[in-house]
Amino acid sequence: LIPAIVVFAYLAIVLYIGIFAFRRAKGREKAEDYFLANRSLGAFVFFFSLFGTNMTAFAILGSSGHAFTNGIVTFGLMASSSGLVIPLTIFLIGTRVWALGKKHGFMTPVQMFRDRWECGHIGTFIFAVQSVLLVPYIIIGIMGGGTTLNAISGGWVPYWFGGAIVAMVVMSYVFFGGMRGTAWVNTFQTVLFLVFGALALVVIGVGMGGYRSAAQAMLASPALSALLTRERISPLYFFSYTFIPLSAIAFPHILIFCLTAERMNHFKRTVILYPLCIMAIWLPCVFLGVMANRVTDVPQIRAKQEARRMLATQGRTMAPEARDQLREQAAGDDVILRLLERYAPFWLAGLLGAGIMAAVMASDSQILALSTMFTEDVFAFYGGKRRFGEAVQVLTGRIFIVLITIFAYAVALRAPETIFELAIQYAFSGFAALSPLLVAALFWKGSTKWGALASTVWVALAVIAVALFQSAVPAPAPGPPTVIWSLGGTEVLSRTPGGTAVFGFMPVVPMVIVSALLMVAFSLVTRKPAAKTIAKYF
Amino acid sequence: MIMKRTLLVIAVIAVYGLHQDFWFWRTAHPLVFGFIPIGLFYHACFSVAASLLMWLLVKFAWPSHLEREVEQQTSTEERAS
Repeated sequence: LIPAIVVFAYLAIVLYIGIFAFRRAKGREKAEDYFLANRSLGAFVFFFSLFGTNMTAFAILGSSGHAFTNGIVTFGLMASSSGLVIPLTIFLIGTRVWALGKKHGFMTPVQMFRDRWECGHIGTFIFAVQSVLLVPYIIIGIMGGGTTLNAISGGWVPYWFGGAIVAMVVMSYVFFGGMRGTAWVNTFQTVLFLVFGALALVVIGVGMGGYRSAAQAMLASPALSALLTRERISPLYFFSYTFIPLSAIAFPHILIFCLTAERMNHFKRTVILYPLCIMAIWLPCVFLGVMANRVTDVPQIRAKQEARRMLATQGRTMAPEARDQLREQAAGDDVILRLLERYAPFWLAGLLGAGIMAAVMASDSQILALSTMFTEDVFAFYGGKRRFGEAVQVLTGRIFIVLITIFAYAVALRAPETIFELAIQYAFSGFAALSPLLVAALFWKGSTKWGALASTVWVALAVIAVALFQSAVPAPAPGPPTVIWSLGGTEVLSRTPGGTAVFGFMPVVPMVIVSALLMVAFSLVTRKPAAKTIAKYF
Repeated sequence: MIMKRTLLVIAVIAVYGLHQDFWFWRTAHPLVFGFIPIGLFYHACFSVAASLLMWLLVKFAWPSHLEREVEQQTSTEERAS
């Protein structure tokens, strides 16, 4: 119960930050103030909130779960590649979008695309694709909140109630505080997680009897030693994964955050410190996920290991449904929670649980981004702002926040979590494949709206195709993939235990390349925007 | 200027290339500090290298013209109002 009380106290603080931000707002009825904190965030808040926005439940709990199953490769796969690609894209694209936002008043990426390519409904289509890809994050944030509160309280807080509390708290501070409240909460959460992540590493290490002996024991075990290497993942898959962080800058909530900095100088510290902060958060998560395999006195972790062993030895002879069930039992997304439960004292487990809640609740930025996009790209674009004024626009944004949260909560109660975990995987690839739109808009005078439309249609179709393929062809047992189509001895399309492979690469690679090629091909044969429009950008 | 840009582009490509470290793929040895597998330690060092690369980009390729344009526009608007 004590950890749950600490977490509730944390939720109360977060709620208060949102209300405090509401009180501090000077132009409450101004869209720019509510949705972009008046483009006035200072260097410290800008960096920590931008960084915190990327640290979702999927990143924190998912990374330790992935490391539990696949070993140390998780860090290179997801963290160090992000530490290079994300700050590089913020440096190249984020700074330019910031300057254009200041000069021309853009509040969303679609506003910029509409202006850059002189289009209307194509922008609406891009908005629709971005929104569909973003919604699963909000749903999984609420699911993660319910699961985490349930686990931390030892089952005392039921899943439905935990999810409702998290949804209410996030909705409230986004509703009242807008971007300012969200940025302050994100800053608080990121600092909390950085401090308590390191603390968790020390406490759990001491509890396990030291990492030296745990690492040596794992090396000596034939079943576990592979987790200290990267042999469970192929180098081609590892290379493919470097395309995934391209999604970060294409996420509307990240790009919208880039518009909130008061000065461009604030980006300097952000891009330099970004790789180090990623390391500070992911290294403990990945390391603890790997070391959890050495734990023998936590029944839930032993059950996961047993499920994994059965999957490896008997998976090939099982029915696909039984295999999926076993895969779910073996998943390690809650291993950090289990380690805390076992090794941290009650009060510390509560504080660390609050740190994990901080990551779980990162869906705030996505909710606010969707609201900003809806009010700017749809409500204002189709005449709502002109007819009803800016105060009604902000009110519409707030109502949208309530409605999207209720919708996400209702779905979170009914649908299985795995569906949305998969949807997020598709969303990462989808947003990565939308990144050529930003590059073309900002760096290529010759790009056109038809190129943008062709790329976006391709992304939508490719995401649907991968989803349909993976639901039609069941995942094989751990080991070699199921080859669906081969040409002259080359595996063209395969179903792997973790997803899909095209020529051995993750689908994101062909998705990004084809998206870029379509942008170029269609732009070359269609009419360019007026010279006056192009001059605004180059 | 062109020379500086070329060197920075080469540095970015080189760091990206260093991410694909097939040389430590199948070994955990040596365990750095007695408990960190070499593959994990390498990528922690890679993160530090990425941060240094970002410092170089900020130092030598910062798009300060963008900020100047914004400042010019802001001061023009202030004068007009």
